[in-house]
Amino acid sequence: MSSRMRIFSVFFVMAALLVIVGMYQSWNVAFSILNLCVISSIMALGVNVQWGYAGLVNFGVMGFVAVGGLAGVIVSMPPVEAAWAAGGVQLMGGFAVMGLVILAATIFWKKTAHLKNTPRKRYLGMAGIIILGYALYRFIADPAIDAIEAVEPAMTGYLGGLGLPILFSWIVGAIAAGLIAMLIGRIALGLRSDYLAIATLGISEIIIYVIKNEDWMARGVKNVNGLPRPVPYELDLQKEAWVNSLADSMNYSVINTSSLIVKISYLMLFVAVLIGLFILAEKALRSPWGRMMRAIRDNEVAAEAMGKDVKSRHLQIFIIGSAVLGLAGAMLTTLDGQFTPASYQPLRYTFLIWVMVIVGGSGNNYGSIIGGFIIWFFWIEAEPLGLWLIEFLTSGMSADSALKAHLLESAAHTRLMTMGLIMMLVLRFAPKGLIPEAKR
Amino acid sequence: MTDVLNAIVLITNFVLVPGFTYGSQLALGALGITMIYSVLRFSNFAHGEMMSFGAMITILITWWMQSHGISFGVLPTALLALPFGILATIILVLTADKMVFKYYRSIKAPPVTLLIVSMGLMFFLGGLIRFIIGPNDQRFFDGERFIIKARSFKQMTGLNEGLAIKTTQGITVVLAVAMVAFVFWFLTYTRTGKSMRAYSNNEDLALLSGINPERVVLVTWVITAVLITLAGTLYGLDKSYKPFTYLSLLLPIFASAIVGGIGSPIGAILGGFVIAFSELFVTFAYKRVLGYLLPEQMEPDGLMQLLSTDYKIALSFVILVLVLIIRPTGIAGGKTL
Repeated sequence: MSSRMRIFSVFFVMAALLVIVGMYQSWNVAFSILNLCVISSIMALGVNVQWGYAGLVNFGVMGFVAVGGLAGVIVSMPPVEAAWAAGGVQLMGGFAVMGLVILAATIFWKKTAHLKNTPRKRYLGMAGIIILGYALYRFIADPAIDAIEAVEPAMTGYLGGLGLPILFSWIVGAIAAGLIAMLIGRIALGLRSDYLAIATLGISEIIIYVIKNEDWMARGVKNVNGLPRPVPYELDLQKEAWVNSLADSMNYSVINTSSLIVKISYLMLFVAVLIGLFILAEKALRSPWGRMMRAIRDNEVAAEAMGKDVKSRHLQIFIIGSAVLGLAGAMLTTLDGQFTPASYQPLRYTFLIWVMVIVGGSGNNYGSIIGGFIIWFFWIEAEPLGLWLIEFLTSGMSADSALKAHLLESAAHTRLMTMGLIMMLVLRFAPKGLIPEAKR
Repeated sequence: MTDVLNAIVLITNFVLVPGFTYGSQLALGALGITMIYSVLRFSNFAHGEMMSFGAMITILITWWMQSHGISFGVLPTALLALPFGILATIILVLTADKMVFKYYRSIKAPPVTLLIVSMGLMFFLGGLIRFIIGPNDQRFFDGERFIIKARSFKQMTGLNEGLAIKTTQGITVVLAVAMVAFVFWFLTYTRTGKSMRAYSNNEDLALLSGINPERVVLVTWVITAVLITLAGTLYGLDKSYKPFTYLSLLLPIFASAIVGGIGSPIGAILGGFVIAFSELFVTFAYKRVLGYLLPEQMEPDGLMQLLSTDYKIALSFVILVLVLIIRPTGIAGGKTL
C-alpha cells in the first residue's frame, strides 16, 4: 500500500469511527471528542518535532502544557485590584530582589573564575549569596503573598490576570513555554537520552508543584473557573432566532443545537491552528534545516564532524517543540474554560502523548496527528467499550455474582491496559508506527 | 540539659525515624533500578508499577490469610504473605522479560527504545493493578501498632517530647538492612554475583569468558523482584497502599539511584537516604527545636521552615535535577555493579 493510500485509509477509518459515535451516542459527544483529538494531535506534533526530528526525549510535556494553561489564566482573567493594592507591588519588589540576587550570583561566579584551583571559597561564596538572597526574598515576599491570598480567598485570593482576550494567551502560552524550555534546555540538554527523560519528568513535576502551591498566581488547587470565551455562550445562542429555526429544521432540541454550535466554533479555531502548524512542520521537515536535524538524529558524531552545531540545534528544536506544547496547553484551558492544576498528571499529559506519537509513527507529522486522534478516541471510548465487552463476557454469570460486580466496576481501568498493550504491540511489530516516516 | 535532650528527641521523632524508614524504602527501590540499569542497560519506567504489583499480591494474600484467621502475633500478617508476593512478582517480571524486553535485547536496541517500551509496560501494569484491586486506598496492616509509644516514652524519661516508633518503621529498617546485606554478599562472594558484576562491567569480555548472558539477566530480574516487592509492601504497610502513589514514587526512586550514581549499589542506598533526609530536614519546622535551644527572648515567631511542606516531594526532583547538572555520575560515581 502506498503511503498516500495508507494515510487516506487511516484518516477515513477515524472519520467513520467519529460518525458512528455521533449516530449511536450523540453528536455532542462526537464533537467534544473531536475537539480534544485536535488538541491532542497538536501536543503530539510538539513531541514529534522533538523526538521524531531530533531524537530528544522530552518527558516534561505536562509541565509545558500547564505553563500554556497558566498563560490562559494570566492573559484572560480581569485583574484583582484589591489584591494588587494589598501586596502586588511588594511582591513585584520581591521578584526584583530575586532577579538582583541571581544577577549578583552570576557576576560573582564569573568574577571568581581565578579561584578555580581553590573551589571551596568559590562554592561558599555562592552558597552565601544564594542563602542570604533567598532569606531576603522570603522576608519581602512572604507578607505580600499572605496579604494577596487573604483578599476574598473564596472568590479570588490571587493577583488576577491582564483582562485581555483569551485567544491572545495562545501566543503568550507558546512564548512562555518556549522561554522555560530555553532555561531547561540550557541545563539539561547535555545529558544522555535517558537522563534527559528523567530530568524533564522531574522538572515538569516541579512546575506543577509550583503552580499548585503558589496561590497568588492562579489560586493553586482552588482552581480558576469561568475564563472568558472566544466563542458565544450557549444561553445567548438559545435566544437567537436563527438558532431556534436551525434547531427546528434539524429536528433537534435548542439546547443541543446551541452546544453543538459552540463546539463547532471551537473546532474551527483549533483546526485552523492545527493546519497552520502542520504546514509549518512539513515545510521545516522538507527544508535543509529538517535534513540537518535528521542527520543529527541519526548520527550525532558524524553531523558534528560535518560542522553542525549539535548543541544549539538541539536547544532550538527543544524550544520549538515546547512552544507548540504551550500553545496546545493554552488551547486546552480555553476549551475547558477553567484552569485546574490538580488535573495535570504525568500519565495523561506526558505518557499518553508519547503513546500517540509512537503509535502514529514518530518522525512523520501525519502520523502524529492520526496518533493523537486515534489514541484520544480510544482513551475516551475504551471505557464504554470495555464496559460493553465485560457485560458481554459476563452475561452468562448470575446477576448477583461478586466477581461480575467487581469486573463491571473495574471496567474503566481497561483503558490503561489497552493503551499499554497497543503501545507494546506497535513497538514490537510495527516500530515505525501506523504511518511510518517517509524515506527521503 | 533537658532542653537539649528535648530538642534531640523532637528531631529524632520527626526527622530521623521517618527518614530512616523512608530512606530504606527508597534504597530498596533504587537498588532495583540500579541492578536493571547496569545489567540490562536501560531505565525501567515500569519499576513503580512492578513494586505496586508485588504489594498488591501481598495484600490479596494477607486478606485471604486474615479471613482464615491466620495471623503473625504482634507482627503484621503481611510478612507471612510476603514470600507469595515475591514469588508472584518473580513470575511477573520474568514473563515481562520474556515477552517484552528479550526481543529488544536480541536486536541490540538502543536504551531509549527500551525505556519507551517500559513505559508501555507501565501503562499495562498500572491498568492491570487498578483492574484487580481498584484505584482506592487499601488497608492491610494488623498486629501491634507501635514499638515505642509517645506517651510511655514520656513517662519513662520524664521529657516533654515523646518518641514514637511504629512497628512498620522497625520492620522496614530491619528487613531493608537484611536484604541489602544479602545483595552485597551475593554480588561479592557468589559465583553468580561475580559473573553479574563482570557482565555489567564489560559485556563482551564477560561473554568471551563464557558467562551465560541469559542466566545473568534471569538472576538480575529475580533479585530485582525480591527488592521491589519488599520495597512496595513496606511502603504500603508504613503509609498506605494506593496504586497512584507508586507512580509518583518512581521519581524519588530514580532520584535516589541517580544521586548515588546509577549503576552503583552503594550509591543507590546512599542516594535513598540523601533524598529522604533532605526532604525531611528542609521541610521540618524548627520552631520548637529552637524554642528549646535558644534563650526565651530569642524564640522565633514563624515556623522556621526552610520550605513549606507542600514542596516536600518536589524537593527530591530539585535534588535530582541539581545532581544531573552538577555531577551526573552521582555521589559514588558508578556505572557498574
